[in-house]
Amino acid sequence: MSFEPKNPAVKWVEDRLPITGMLHHALYEYPTPKNLSYWWTFGSLAGVMLVVQIVTGIVLAMHYTPHVDMAFNSVEHIMRDVNYGWLLRYMHANGASMFFIVVYLHIFRGLYYGSYKAPRELLWWLGLVIFLLMMATAFMGYVLPWGQMSFWGATVITNLFGAIPVVGDSIVTWLWGGFAVDNPTLNRFFSLHYLLPFVIVGIVILHIWALHTNGSNNPTGLDLKDKQDSIPFHPYYTVKDLYGLAIFLIFFSAFLFYAPNYLGHPDNYIPANPLVTPAHIVPEWYFLPFYAILRAVPDKLGGVMLMFGAIAVLFALPWLDKSRIRSARFRPIYKQLFWVFVADCILLTYIGGKPAEGAYIIWGRIATIYYFVHILILLPLVGLFEKPKPLPASISEDVLSKKPASEEAANA
Amino acid sequence: MTTTTPEEENGVKRRDFLYIAAGGLGAVGTAAAIWPFISQMNPSADVLALSTTEVDLDGIETGSEVTVVWQGKPVFVRHRTEEDIERAEDVDLADLPDPEPDSERVINPEWLIMVGICTHLGCVPLKGQGDFGGWFCPCHGSHYDTSGRIRKGPAPANLVIPPYEFLNDSNIKIG
Repeated sequence: MSFEPKNPAVKWVEDRLPITGMLHHALYEYPTPKNLSYWWTFGSLAGVMLVVQIVTGIVLAMHYTPHVDMAFNSVEHIMRDVNYGWLLRYMHANGASMFFIVVYLHIFRGLYYGSYKAPRELLWWLGLVIFLLMMATAFMGYVLPWGQMSFWGATVITNLFGAIPVVGDSIVTWLWGGFAVDNPTLNRFFSLHYLLPFVIVGIVILHIWALHTNGSNNPTGLDLKDKQDSIPFHPYYTVKDLYGLAIFLIFFSAFLFYAPNYLGHPDNYIPANPLVTPAHIVPEWYFLPFYAILRAVPDKLGGVMLMFGAIAVLFALPWLDKSRIRSARFRPIYKQLFWVFVADCILLTYIGGKPAEGAYIIWGRIATIYYFVHILILLPLVGLFEKPKPLPASISEDVLSKKPASEEAANA
Repeated sequence: MTTTTPEEENGVKRRDFLYIAAGGLGAVGTAAAIWPFISQMNPSADVLALSTTEVDLDGIETGSEVTVVWQGKPVFVRHRTEEDIERAEDVDLADLPDPEPDSERVINPEWLIMVGICTHLGCVPLKGQGDFGGWFCPCHGSHYDTSGRIRKGPAPANLVIPPYEFLNDSNIKIG
């Protein structure tokens, strides 16, 4: 099905730059599996959150001053003096958390339904690159208000690079632009915090391009076999995604308007003091699992390597998972292991937020070990030994076999 | 399959109503969400709080001028001489591009208070220059007289008189 514009102006442009046809193909006729559940909404929600972050961020940059003497006060200026500044800043700060929530759900969706498997390995990789860029962007953004958590978060995270043998100290000095986190650090973080979201936009375009090359995965994990298996993206999934967005915005608004500081730390409302570290320093919640892994190892280099390794192993997932069945629906053992893995990640998040003492250390180590055991040992083994359930012949057959006539009438 | 969108009178379907109602609500919601992003570019509360400037006129000799800052703009406070005032009052209004008698531009004729920004494209005119004994804008050659009225050059209007009041004989509040 090719795009043939009727409007002569659109046709004139289309003959010279086929952008309308490209958008038409991507957002209108794109043949989408007809059985996508709401777990497939989180991709578009992540896209919406990226736009929200960029738009609110550009606006905040109009009022923010990236200088150690003025940054903290300029944020308070935004909160008190700028028209709707409180709203815009809370949107941006909570928006970061919302972005991570939808991206984490998006990633776990991919894990459950095997969305990383051939031919979607590059798609998965691009997604992980986006995730890494998001983490860098979020970290640098958190430094900008120049509160106590900003300063000490910046100090701790940049010091991670000091673990690199031989050149570690030189790299840290280079990152700081000095011999401690100071004005040069703040300036470059602001610059990069502004830049990286646009890099993310570029990778997102590649991500969607790769997605549309082989089409979306779906709850059965089966490939599209014929026209019966798919429906056009518009209006079916535009409307479904919009409905998902509406529900999600209610969730977002609940934080935004009723608990805007719930996900933050009170200490960040104390101006940065390079001479005093807060008693209990933890990163934002979305970094906690990795923070827990970092602290699980009683060795500087080991902890840093394991933390980065926790993400690095995800790149190898398409080859570590030996099962050729994509969806966990047809993999009885993997399905259970998946939920154990989810519980393990939640446990890591919990441990990451607790002080590194007593039982928390033990549990942090157990959870860390299990994280890697799941990915590096269980995943390959289960793929080899698991006996999958019989697969339906097609998406259509699966959908129709599950839907009793009465339900069909009720939904019609 | 049952009919889900029954035809109603005038050919209006239930679906049409739902479509317009949902779209309308969406449009209103979007407009409401966009407003803060536009409003944030307007002057913030701290800028608005600096919207008045007080000037002590003592010490400004006759024939001299000081420039004060009001809302980030230069304001000329000119202590005019008798000659300046006479020249300003003796003009045939028909000769002016922007006719305005001097009496409407001052509260006390000795003191001419005006925003020192050329009405052409925003440069700051120089005092004591130009063909009319007032100000001359170096950017594009506008001549202003001793009442700050445009006399020659591309500027379309007289220099703006800011709102101000005399708090007492020697103090004014601009804004």
